[in-house]
Amino acid sequence: MSFDTPDDRRYMESHEWALEDDGVVRVGITDFAQDELGDVVFVEFPDEGDALEQDAEFGVIESIKAVSDLYAPVSGEVVAINEELFDAPELVNEDPFGDGWMLEIDADDADELEELLSAAEYEEQIA
Amino acid sequence: MTLSKPPLWEHHGDRGAKFTEFGGWDMPVEFDSIQTEHAAVRDDAGIFDVSHMGQIHVTGPDATELMQRLTSNDVTRLEVGDSQYAVITDEEGVIVDDTVVYRLPDEDGEPTYLFVPNAGTDEAAHERWIGHRNEWGLEATVDNRTDEYAMVAVQGPNAPDLVEEAADGSVADLGRFEATYATIDGVECWTARTGYTGEDGFELLFPSTEAERIWTALDCQPCGLGARDTLRLEAGFVLAGQDFDYESNPRTPYEAGIGFTVALDTEFVGRDALAAVDDEGVDEQLVGFQLIDRGVPRHGYDITNTDGRVIGTVTSGTMSPTLEQSIGLGYVPVEYADPGTTLQVVVRGRSKKARVETTPFIDTV
Repeated sequence: MSFDTPDDRRYMESHEWALEDDGVVRVGITDFAQDELGDVVFVEFPDEGDALEQDAEFGVIESIKAVSDLYAPVSGEVVAINEELFDAPELVNEDPFGDGWMLEIDADDADELEELLSAAEYEEQIA
Repeated sequence: MTLSKPPLWEHHGDRGAKFTEFGGWDMPVEFDSIQTEHAAVRDDAGIFDVSHMGQIHVTGPDATELMQRLTSNDVTRLEVGDSQYAVITDEEGVIVDDTVVYRLPDEDGEPTYLFVPNAGTDEAAHERWIGHRNEWGLEATVDNRTDEYAMVAVQGPNAPDLVEEAADGSVADLGRFEATYATIDGVECWTARTGYTGEDGFELLFPSTEAERIWTALDCQPCGLGARDTLRLEAGFVLAGQDFDYESNPRTPYEAGIGFTVALDTEFVGRDALAAVDDEGVDEQLVGFQLIDRGVPRHGYDITNTDGRVIGTVTSGTMSPTLEQSIGLGYVPVEYADPGTTLQVVVRGRSKKARVETTPFIDTV
């Protein structure tokens, strides 16, 4: 089985992706992660305005068979959450890198992204 | 420990199944997605490999008495081709396992039974039967045939037509819990109108060497243990090892909501203890509940009253694919067991409001 791993973004070992645009980092989970979880049925996110620390838990994702914590790829303030996922958590399965995004963080220091895995390094991890 | 593999293990792998350990077996948990498989069974038909279930064969002049004294239900009510749900209890009336007992056609003129204990419990059941047979001096042969049998379940509103067609119509007249030998693609299958999903359908037992032939002949959505769990939970069926467990959560059938399996007018191990429980009533019982707040209840989560005092534990929980609501089962003191009672379930440190519901959660056959 092969999984999408777009090379326009960075990855965490815990299977989150981070896509930066002008200091704002959009966060979601990978195609590999959604496949491992199976049918996503529930997400829990912080509120807009909350401060996150890099590598700290920021939320929870639950599928029918498993519960998994979500980890922040960078420190910063939550400036947007994808509220659509509350009613349609299956978007995480259907489009993990697109409509299944979870939140946006105004990064304190976008250079923190450099500490994350490249697409090639992440692909090696899940191989 | 080496995991046992069902005869179709490679076949499932080729089909893209994900596997999980269950009762010492490496079983398919998901073929496509739990929701897809679940919906197929509710709306159409799905097939499950349940070869992890045990098969114990009992025959001989005293087979009926042995079965009667080791299972809670009344085996003497079974004519050839009947089956019944029962529990196996210890002297205290605590459930050791639950099982379905089938009465097979007589062999060599003697009554013959096949019972199906849960995954990984077949050896203990076999030893229990042999031990008591010897202790009581009964004449019966007890064989553990778990490795010789494969077992599949075909479930869903369109499952009867599918199986009837494959069996050339020979099973069309079977009522619930009735069974017969039927030939499917040249293979003789013990075919029973039983199941664990709340839908109509059949469970079939046949030689494990013929598993691929039968699986292929009964072509419909393959389903894994993940969908089996969400389906049985919506139907309010208990799962051994989860909703009761002889070691970690010992329960009587009355507490577990399956008192209907207990025939107190028969003599069986645990009967006297259960008669006393029936007389005095239970302190706690298994209830169904629905979460009102957002969240997913899971096995082991605390149940509290509205004051936040812990009163019980969730034994099973999921997001119901049919209802799109979080549902679960758990034990609570009887004063909290009435439908409509408000409870709380502690989901990762946060109290979520829940309401006691009658089970099954959905309409079942």
